[in-house]
Amino acid sequence: MNAPAVAPALTAQSFKSDYKPVWCPGCGDYTVLASITRALAALALRPENVAVVSGIGCSSRIPAYTTCFGFHGVHGRALAAGTGLKVARPDLTVVVAGGDGDGYSIGGNHFLHACRRNVDLTYIVMDNHVYGMTKGQPSPTTEPDWKSKLSPSGTGLREFHPLVIALASGANFIARAFSGDPSGTASLIAEAIQHPGFSFIEVLSPCVTFRPEQRAWKEAVRPAPVAPTDDPARAARRLMTDDGFNLGVLYKGKRSPYATAKRAAQEVAELEREFAL
Amino acid sequence: MTKKKPAAGYAEFMARAYVMEMDASERYADFADQMEVHNNPEVAELFRKLSHIEGLHAQRILEEMGWKQPPRALLSWRWDEEPEPPETAPVTELHYLMQPWHALELGLKNERRALKFFERLVKSAGMPAAVKKVAKEMAQEEREHVRLIEQWMKRVPKPEPGWDRDPDPPVYSD
Repeated sequence: MNAPAVAPALTAQSFKSDYKPVWCPGCGDYTVLASITRALAALALRPENVAVVSGIGCSSRIPAYTTCFGFHGVHGRALAAGTGLKVARPDLTVVVAGGDGDGYSIGGNHFLHACRRNVDLTYIVMDNHVYGMTKGQPSPTTEPDWKSKLSPSGTGLREFHPLVIALASGANFIARAFSGDPSGTASLIAEAIQHPGFSFIEVLSPCVTFRPEQRAWKEAVRPAPVAPTDDPARAARRLMTDDGFNLGVLYKGKRSPYATAKRAAQEVAELEREFAL
Repeated sequence: MTKKKPAAGYAEFMARAYVMEMDASERYADFADQMEVHNNPEVAELFRKLSHIEGLHAQRILEEMGWKQPPRALLSWRWDEEPEPPETAPVTELHYLMQPWHALELGLKNERRALKFFERLVKSAGMPAAVKKVAKEMAQEEREHVRLIEQWMKRVPKPEPGWDRDPDPPVYSD
């Protein structure tokens, strides 16, 4: 007799490469990797039809740990590379991944415009409120009063609110996940991939080395008490009063994704004529 | 001889039990990899052993059910309101300087959680008799695993205070 659960063509393991991650033991990024591979398997995708694109940072190592096509790009430019790839190869499922420093600081401008362009890709940010790879500097999402050797009095700076910014900039799908819930995260990633347009998932992923207190996030997170909305005004009110620990889909918009103009398919010779000086 | 077709509730339960064992096995294997990468071969070997043991349990379920294809976890599954199966160790519990005793302590917690999970099923009302019967057997197995790990821990040195002190710490940032 066959098993009751439906088995997709490939397992999550099929999406994991032979490279062993070099993250610190205890890092939340391990389970984010597991969630991505589970989601891809659940959607019955194949590695050769998926591209994982990243920038620089601990979490940006992720393309090497999958069997998908991968591009480990320049700091903060993952979304630029991912957008270009998706526009050139709309047949591919493009997943862009990185950390809060890479995505919101160095890549902050690309983040705004990727939301605005609404190209059909999924952006996963593993947010640990710190630059881990470069030894613990405060990032845009670091709390203003977090004290460390590198910020002995705290930054005193208001933290970035990525979900609000994503909504204001035009992202078509906004969700928050927690790395301690790999199945929940996998479900959200699968839903984000299926939703047309630019899908943004913030994954709270503790850095146990520089922010060991983030182990307590597992006590703080909870399912969002409200159903997803497609009304940006309602979503804005919710996100503005959000304490950062509500999990689930928080906004599911109806904007049509960016599509290349038909003229992009014109002959190379024609293009050359247009650009001739 | 063809096996008698198990009841739907029973098959669903066994699918969950299989996924629970496989998830635990995969997590221990991940832990072993992490410890290898961080040059802690002793703990890596122990996690590898625990992964193998859980994998054998999963294999046994497959054989008992006569499944040609292993069941897969549905993304929507919840385990006693917990996001992960009861025998799966949380990722954040690791430390690169941990010792075999810590790994066993982690394993013990997982076995105890699994034991509670099956005990609750045995006691829960409305559960099919076939499921209760096998849950009772599994609870007994988990009880035995708890006992074995407790004995194992007695043979392993308990870490001294300050075991996590590193003279060359990765967090050094002056």
